[in-house]
Amino acid sequence: MGEARGPAEQNFRVRARAWLEANATRRSDEDGRQARRWDLASARVFQGKLHDAGFAGVAWPTAYGGQGLTPADQRAFDEEAREFDLPGEFFGIGMGMCGPTLLDLGTDEQKLRYIRPLLRGEEVWCQLFSEPGAGSDVASLQTRAVKEGDVWVVSGQKVWTSVARFADLGALIARTDPDVPKHDGITMFVVDMHAPGVTVRPLRDMTGGATFNEVFFDGVRVPAENVIGEVNAGWAASVRMLIHERVSIGGTTRSRRGAAFATLTEVARSRGVDRDPVVRQRLAELYVRERVVHLFGTRLAQEARLGRSPGSRGSVGKLAGAELARFSAGVAAELLGSDAIAWDGTDREAARWAAALLSAPAGGIAGGSNEIQRNIIGERVLGLPKEPQVDRDVPFRELRVGTRSPSPHDGGS
Amino acid sequence: MGEVSVGAENLVLTEEQEELRDSLRRFLADRSPMSRVRQTIETTEGFDRALWDRMAADLSLQGMAVPDTCGGAGFGQVEMSIVMEELGRGLVPSPFLASAVLATNALLALDDADAIRELLPSIAAGRTIATLAVAEDGGGWEAAKIATTAVLDGDGWRLQGTKTPVVDGIAADLVVVVAHAGGELGFFTVDGDAPGLSRTRLAGLDLTRQLASLEFSGTPARRLVCEDATGALNQVLDVASVALAAEQLGGLQRCLEMSVDYAKARAQFGRPIGSFQAVKHLCADMHVAMELARSAVRYAAWAADAAPGELPVAAGLARAFCSEAFFKVAADTIQVHGGIGFTWEHDAHLYYRRAKSSELLLGGPVKVRERLAERLGV
Repeated sequence: MGEARGPAEQNFRVRARAWLEANATRRSDEDGRQARRWDLASARVFQGKLHDAGFAGVAWPTAYGGQGLTPADQRAFDEEAREFDLPGEFFGIGMGMCGPTLLDLGTDEQKLRYIRPLLRGEEVWCQLFSEPGAGSDVASLQTRAVKEGDVWVVSGQKVWTSVARFADLGALIARTDPDVPKHDGITMFVVDMHAPGVTVRPLRDMTGGATFNEVFFDGVRVPAENVIGEVNAGWAASVRMLIHERVSIGGTTRSRRGAAFATLTEVARSRGVDRDPVVRQRLAELYVRERVVHLFGTRLAQEARLGRSPGSRGSVGKLAGAELARFSAGVAAELLGSDAIAWDGTDREAARWAAALLSAPAGGIAGGSNEIQRNIIGERVLGLPKEPQVDRDVPFRELRVGTRSPSPHDGGS
Repeated sequence: MGEVSVGAENLVLTEEQEELRDSLRRFLADRSPMSRVRQTIETTEGFDRALWDRMAADLSLQGMAVPDTCGGAGFGQVEMSIVMEELGRGLVPSPFLASAVLATNALLALDDADAIRELLPSIAAGRTIATLAVAEDGGGWEAAKIATTAVLDGDGWRLQGTKTPVVDGIAADLVVVVAHAGGELGFFTVDGDAPGLSRTRLAGLDLTRQLASLEFSGTPARRLVCEDATGALNQVLDVASVALAAEQLGGLQRCLEMSVDYAKARAQFGRPIGSFQAVKHLCADMHVAMELARSAVRYAAWAADAAPGELPVAAGLARAFCSEAFFKVAADTIQVHGGIGFTWEHDAHLYYRRAKSSELLLGGPVKVRERLAERLGV
């Protein structure tokens, strides 16, 4: 596949590798997990250097601060960067989702205002989509934006928002017309996360950690020029952003080949059970499942190189990956036995696999649940008919949403 | 480094390979529709000899992966996997696995230039149907389970023992036999109609593949030159595993298509059953299985041609995944079809039978995983 690359891309790749070697730290951990935790200040400094060197926004237009190169160059950089420890946790949402959507739909003023600071890490972005009452069915969101003169006044609650507590700006979708069907009354805004009325609270999840947040909006005033795209055309903008999300997840989270198998084989050895025939069966099975998911990712990437877009087949990798995470954590627990339920505080291996067991359910929910992925595969890949939709032509305010009953006199909350 | 993510392995077919697949699919749709498969499996011979001859005459399929110096087309296992996938898709009753895969690769894995020169061109041309007899009582395909012996009698060898199951053992004009000769394992050839060879057709789960029991009682045999018979046997079984995995993928793909078509066409409760998530999600899982199986087969076929060092693991990987995936998809195909899927007249059971039978051929899933664990250094 390598021969398909042009000399310019090769040069760019070589330059990128050299810069990374000189300025970034190689990931030390065998399966590529983050070795260090970045703090926001040092992450910003690094991102500024990355932009100065010409490696941020590789395929984005130069007019707004990008490098004006090709998507192939960006992929080359991403491939090289995978080996290094970059502060993606702060900037991933902006670079992968908000930025590309602004480039697609934003006004020239918006692009001039937002893109360069985003690329330099000067402004951190978050995505304000999910709500307590709107998970798989994001279009049923209840956060309201009401026009008052030349500002929109936003009230409501978002949830599962990554990076919100560090964010300067957010891409928000809110209901701007509750009297039309749900998809037709949504608008996307740029919202200042430091504005009065915005409250961010860390959300403690089932692992005990709090990587996500809840965000509350209480009469937050958003200038009219902050609308992304058209008023009430926010659903199309959201779909666009979700497509960017799928691409960016696909590009960054592909696991190293055989990582769980290699680690768990070591666990089996260190616990003296690697000759046990049942354990060997499980390890071989793990190898098979892990390897095929990895090979599928490689095959899609090779097809993408040949100009065949993965389209909705990305859902296959997402679904298979989520199931693999559960399976690996299950094998780990079997191998660890009682150490999986109680361990000496210094046993990092046991603690790590307990954490993997606890975080495994997230993969089947976040970024489109397994059920949604199966619907996508069933409908968009296999062409099976959709379920009859009961909410398509009904004004939003008459819908049953989340755990809210229809309330014809009130648009939500 | 950059190569890590895109991979050294080539998992995408070339245009020429896609064309091969397309023309083969047209050929089989034309010459081996399911109606003909149904007729063929009712015959005593159990395979479609007319089709076999056309496969050789029109497309040179039997010699696809035989070097051109031995009368073959000189392609590799990637092309072979395409052929096997199409044959599996159509459940084509033919001794292709036995002759073009097992026996052919056995001869190629040995060190007997004379045997290759004398036997292979005719096998590659489809004039001779050959097979490989490895498994014995209990169906173990491992060297350690072989009890058949060969003894020197004057200047010739004679075989004693029973091989079962032997793929297309009745149809075979030539049988390559693995047996013990003194303290070591050896490869022998026996003519299909040799004296002292009694062949019994076995009742089989899979109606589209013939299995037989071969009893050797002082059967005259020719010993083939081979330095490392165990190594050669492993090599043959690895290459055959890739081909069989590709065949399984083809069957899986067809089951997926039947299920999706039926889920679109069949209405219950006033709408197509494919609009119900319970059915839709079953179909989606079949599609996932197909994509993953295809990735595994492409990798294993690539390894067989371009990275022989990776073949033992890649072959086990492809076999382990495709065996489980095909059987699950075949069973779910019957589920999606409901009552009609349980009838004799519907094709679903033919795939279900093939899926379970193929899973247990060449050593079942437990063996496959144990070998894989060993090869992975566990």
